[in-house]
Amino acid sequence: MAPPTLRVPAPRRSRLSTPSNPRRSPLLTVLTGIVLLYSLIPLLWLLINSTKTQGDLFSTFGLWFGREFSLVENVWRTLTYDDGIFVRWLGNTLLYVVAGAGGATLLAVLGGYALAKFDFPGKKAVFAVVIGAVAVPGTALAVPTFWMFSAMELTDTPWSVIIPSLISPFGLYLMWTFASQAIPTDLMEAARIDGAGEFRTFLQVCLPLLAPGTVTVMLFTMVATWNNYFLPLIMLRDPDWYPLTLGLNQWNSQAGTAGGDAIFDLVLTGSLLTIVPLIIAFLFLQRFWQSGLAAGGVKE
Amino acid sequence: MSVTSSQMPAGAAAPATPDPELPVSPRAASTRGRWAGWWFLGPFMLVFVLVFIAPVLYSLYLSLFHTQMVGGTQFVGFDNYIRAFSDGAFWAGLLRVSVFLVIQVPIMLAISLLVALAVDSGRLYGRDFFRISIFMPYAVPAVVASLMWGFMYGTRFGLVGNLNDFFGWNLPDLLTPDFILLSIGNIVTWEFVGYNMLIFYSALRVIPSSLYEAAAIDGAGQWRVVAAIKIPAIRGALVVATIFSIIGSFQLFNEPAILQSLAPNAISSSFTPNLYAYSLSFAGQQQNYSATVAIIMGLVTMVIAYVVQLRGMKQEA
Repeated sequence: MAPPTLRVPAPRRSRLSTPSNPRRSPLLTVLTGIVLLYSLIPLLWLLINSTKTQGDLFSTFGLWFGREFSLVENVWRTLTYDDGIFVRWLGNTLLYVVAGAGGATLLAVLGGYALAKFDFPGKKAVFAVVIGAVAVPGTALAVPTFWMFSAMELTDTPWSVIIPSLISPFGLYLMWTFASQAIPTDLMEAARIDGAGEFRTFLQVCLPLLAPGTVTVMLFTMVATWNNYFLPLIMLRDPDWYPLTLGLNQWNSQAGTAGGDAIFDLVLTGSLLTIVPLIIAFLFLQRFWQSGLAAGGVKE
Repeated sequence: MSVTSSQMPAGAAAPATPDPELPVSPRAASTRGRWAGWWFLGPFMLVFVLVFIAPVLYSLYLSLFHTQMVGGTQFVGFDNYIRAFSDGAFWAGLLRVSVFLVIQVPIMLAISLLVALAVDSGRLYGRDFFRISIFMPYAVPAVVASLMWGFMYGTRFGLVGNLNDFFGWNLPDLLTPDFILLSIGNIVTWEFVGYNMLIFYSALRVIPSSLYEAAAIDGAGQWRVVAAIKIPAIRGALVVATIFSIIGSFQLFNEPAILQSLAPNAISSSFTPNLYAYSLSFAGQQQNYSATVAIIMGLVTMVIAYVVQLRGMKQEA
């Protein structure tokens, strides 16, 4: 424990505080590489098998290409199968994501801002109820929501998927922690003294500061909506309103049924097409969502 | 994937620094009306009441009645709850997700934590590539992940079949009743290791560097720093991740529901409590009992999440 008399100043130890220049460890890299392979191999498998014909799918090794490279043909067949139902599902998914995740982000930003920067009657109760709601299983709610929506004649319409997607307790929580750090209260005071109303203060002063948190919440609600399976499964009967997840599962069940058109190649290619947009979104927006998440982590 | 170079952009510097003030300063609202906050929170709460509060109340209401083809709907008090407590199918499902929880969650969180510490240590070659790649599976829908793994598990054209053919091995069929829970655990772990890693990593990033400097002066080694500074500093994130994982385990539905078409013999309609509630409601037309099962699961989840939170926070103090 006793520090040496001739103390070596910062450089050697500072790798702990500024991890920009530490000594690299091959062993650690290899060990972590195992988890990396675990994460990537299934995606690689999907990519490779999307390039195969159905015949090659059954007869060639899974982690290498087949005799024919038919990715383009598979994509074309996926998009045109059954009068282009896949494109229809893609359009539905986009609708649910834009309306559902967009709306959820908007509500979470507004609500998180209110919880972080205002005191108002009932705030403690609101907070307790919403945080408690995080623990309620979504599936526990979906079934009674179905019966309610059924009585309101909303089932089997896009509304039945969009409306429940509008609430993201986790998004609200993230925006609350983010807004409480990102917006200096003095800045709001200054805007008010200058005569700005509450909404102008929010739009022109606070909203720009909330951008990284907003992108984070948007991405996470986007993933939740894009990937949602249970809610549309319960709410929708008409395949014309299916999102991609439900459609893919329908194709898979069809392939597994005796006498059904076995389209495993299309299930795989469709799966690939389903995940590509999200991966691209995450890669391009990562510098925003990572900083947003970092700030959210502080108050946890 | 080389877009990953710039770490923590300038814009993030401000929010990433912990604010010494409490999240809410009381003077914030003093100048304007006391109700101003409701203008912003109102829209959220309106929808929240519609899709959260109302269904919960409606479930509670449903769970107290019984509907029959002949005789209509009757008030039955707690009969549905009593029925659930003596329902073997429900208990078997609850036990199954509990086993799943006790085994899968610690493994997943341990891997996530180790990777987060490795990435945070700055000692990896290609750190950003690691972080982004391991996170990627989170962007894969449960449907796609289950189908993909389900195919890979398969002995027909999956990897397991390939390996058997290639090496003459005799790996077991992972879609049989003996292995199905393990198979599902692997899918869930694959989906969420990166997500939890990112939560831990984000929390690690905001540990004040003054703590590390103090440790360096004391001559603390790397493992000591991990045990004495890093882990305690991210306890909050650990608790939150644990709670979310517990909730996820009790809610287990998507993966078994989708694997059902690939492994019909291994996954029954009451495999997990949520699958049970679903089939009761939509295949069995027993919505009252289904609502009861859902409520019991909600209560169990909340109680356990609450206990974990209390324990986690108590140790922090």
